[in-house]
Amino acid sequence: MSHLTIQVENLSKSYRLGRRERYLALRDVLTNALTAPLRLLQRGPAAELIWALRDVNLEVHQGEILGIVGRNGAGKSTLLKVLTRITKPTSGRARIWGRVGSLLEVGTGFHPELTGRENIFMSGSILGMKKSEIQSKFDQIVTFAGVEKFLDTPAKHYSSGMYTRLGFAVAAHLEPEVLLVDEVLAVGDIEFQKKCLGKMKEVSQGGRTVVLVSHQMNQIRRLCDKVLWMDYGQVRMLGPTAEVVGAYEAALMSGETVNARRKDVPHVKARFLSWEIVEPRSEHPHLLTTLGPFTVKFTVEVNQAIRLGVHGVEINNPDGQLLWGNAAFNLSLEPGIHSFYHRMGPLPLKPGPYHWRVTLFNEHERLDIWDCIPELMIGTKPQAHPRDEWAGFLNIPSEFSVERVVTQVDSELSIAGQCCEA
Amino acid sequence: MSLHITTGGEAALTNQGRVTDVKPASGESAPTFDIAPPSGWFDINFHEMWMYRELLYSLVWRDLKVRYKQTAIGVGWVIIQPFCTMLVFSFFFGRLAKMPSQGLPYPVFYYCALLPWMYFASALANSTNTIVEQERVITKVYFPRVLLPTSAVLSGLVDFTVSLMMLIGMMFYYHLTPRVTALLLPVFLLMAVATALGTGLWLSALNAIYRDVRYAIPFIVQFWMFASPVAYPSTLVPAQWRWLYGLNPMAGVIEGFRWALTGHGQPPGPLLFASGAMVAVLLFGGLLYFKNMEGTIADRM
Repeated sequence: MSHLTIQVENLSKSYRLGRRERYLALRDVLTNALTAPLRLLQRGPAAELIWALRDVNLEVHQGEILGIVGRNGAGKSTLLKVLTRITKPTSGRARIWGRVGSLLEVGTGFHPELTGRENIFMSGSILGMKKSEIQSKFDQIVTFAGVEKFLDTPAKHYSSGMYTRLGFAVAAHLEPEVLLVDEVLAVGDIEFQKKCLGKMKEVSQGGRTVVLVSHQMNQIRRLCDKVLWMDYGQVRMLGPTAEVVGAYEAALMSGETVNARRKDVPHVKARFLSWEIVEPRSEHPHLLTTLGPFTVKFTVEVNQAIRLGVHGVEINNPDGQLLWGNAAFNLSLEPGIHSFYHRMGPLPLKPGPYHWRVTLFNEHERLDIWDCIPELMIGTKPQAHPRDEWAGFLNIPSEFSVERVVTQVDSELSIAGQCCEA
Repeated sequence: MSLHITTGGEAALTNQGRVTDVKPASGESAPTFDIAPPSGWFDINFHEMWMYRELLYSLVWRDLKVRYKQTAIGVGWVIIQPFCTMLVFSFFFGRLAKMPSQGLPYPVFYYCALLPWMYFASALANSTNTIVEQERVITKVYFPRVLLPTSAVLSGLVDFTVSLMMLIGMMFYYHLTPRVTALLLPVFLLMAVATALGTGLWLSALNAIYRDVRYAIPFIVQFWMFASPVAYPSTLVPAQWRWLYGLNPMAGVIEGFRWALTGHGQPPGPLLFASGAMVAVLLFGGLLYFKNMEGTIADRM
């Protein structure tokens, strides 16, 4: 059995509500100081604590790749931030054996005015590499990123793809004993993503430990030995990949995550309340199982008449990439509860979690923007390549057939054919 | 087609998986990192700062590289700023107000003071803003945060050296030969660095929580200048109060500069000792305060 590299014991982290929201101005402090005695009399609720992490226990062994999954705000990123020492825990303890490399962002420490060459050194040293180390790996980094021709161009002239590639290339050559990665592989083109995944496999096969946060279940499935599912800052499940990912996806599909929306919100002009698929009807109103047309309904509460309303709708993938969007203009809505229907054509997206985002404006005033909960689960029968990495983004039924069109191949034709292939 | 690439890719993966010299980690041995809630108020890890010295060098180097990008005159600003201020001071405070100048020509008298002062003022402003400016990096990767204000203070030394050349030129012009006491210059410079760093540590940490600090900086710098012997000699301050005046560390630094370079003005005395003591307090307090902020700074941005 390999050795322990990460040990987390009863790790907790709390934030005072609102503290993270924005920085303080001195004025606020003065106001607080003046009103503090009054508040004592009012006996209002004490400052509310938000537990971003609560009693997390975890062990990771050398050479393992641990995946972390969970909803947004479940504490995944906070856990990584504590492990990378960016922020300190409130209580509990975590111990790490070995040099830690973190990749919470691609291109950490890059400066747009510096050239590619200079940025490699800058980013490398911020990530914890020694100058001699960077020098010895410099050529590998440049080749991996494929930016040979642009080494002496300021990074501000780089395309975003080049920027990303160079950023990852530096981090990939960090060769730490423990690598902590947060959702960074969502960027870059598919070809490059593959290269990065390969690099991570390589890293773990070299006896290093990787902790990876991702929303992409196919990545998790391909890379990870075990998976941690976090929910409300706590460990919901920890175990072998297939088991945990399966349970997590099942929970997403059942729409278990709270349906009711922000009951606590005080009086607003208008807001979205809920959404569901109404046609075709099924047991799970947030699970799409048809490759045919369907109708989705958004319920809206309007408290103040809207004259020139604009309603937008979007479908996003888990990385927040906009896949489709549309809008309806010049809406006139009286106070009351309204149902917005979208009659949609087939949605040939590959099975997995997506989410709607709906917006409502009155002229230029923003009334509501809602990232719909629960997520839209697409549970259609897979129609693409059985292996995730070859299936692509779409789920399009296709049929293949072979027809013999020429019975006897004469030599000239076959040579011509070869020429074309070459 | 696709099948072919798949197998190729897999092979490449396993081929690249090479085992390098990874030290066996162990649950028995002491961990490399022990992450725990903030503990104690005295928790300065000098060893860690030393381990990160190369990053400090990189940060200073980046500062220098980037500072004068997209400027027409570039490093010329380093000369122009103190030189023009010197002209203005010489005319208004010198010619018109007839300020005593300790027997020095006005231009030399003022430039001698403006040299450390301008270094200090820009180092203070840069180090104060550095934490907020580097927010992105701070929330994405760990390194001792103290390196940020430190690098801002150090990178100003290059500008200082350039404008020092200018001063030497001026002294030749006025036929003033530097004294042997000029060898003490590094001591006074070190005091200026420590003052800027001490204050910068306080203000950069405060600035991360209260953005008011950024707006207060121009005022602080202006008031501080009038509380320092830049536009006038410290002899204008009554002798019995001079030690109190010396609690402004820059008073000691500036008087020291004039004296060390030209031999005119106040030789080191009670004023300088008061300044020296104050610098130590400022720097040590700054380190402690900054350190206490460090653990939660990423949450508060």
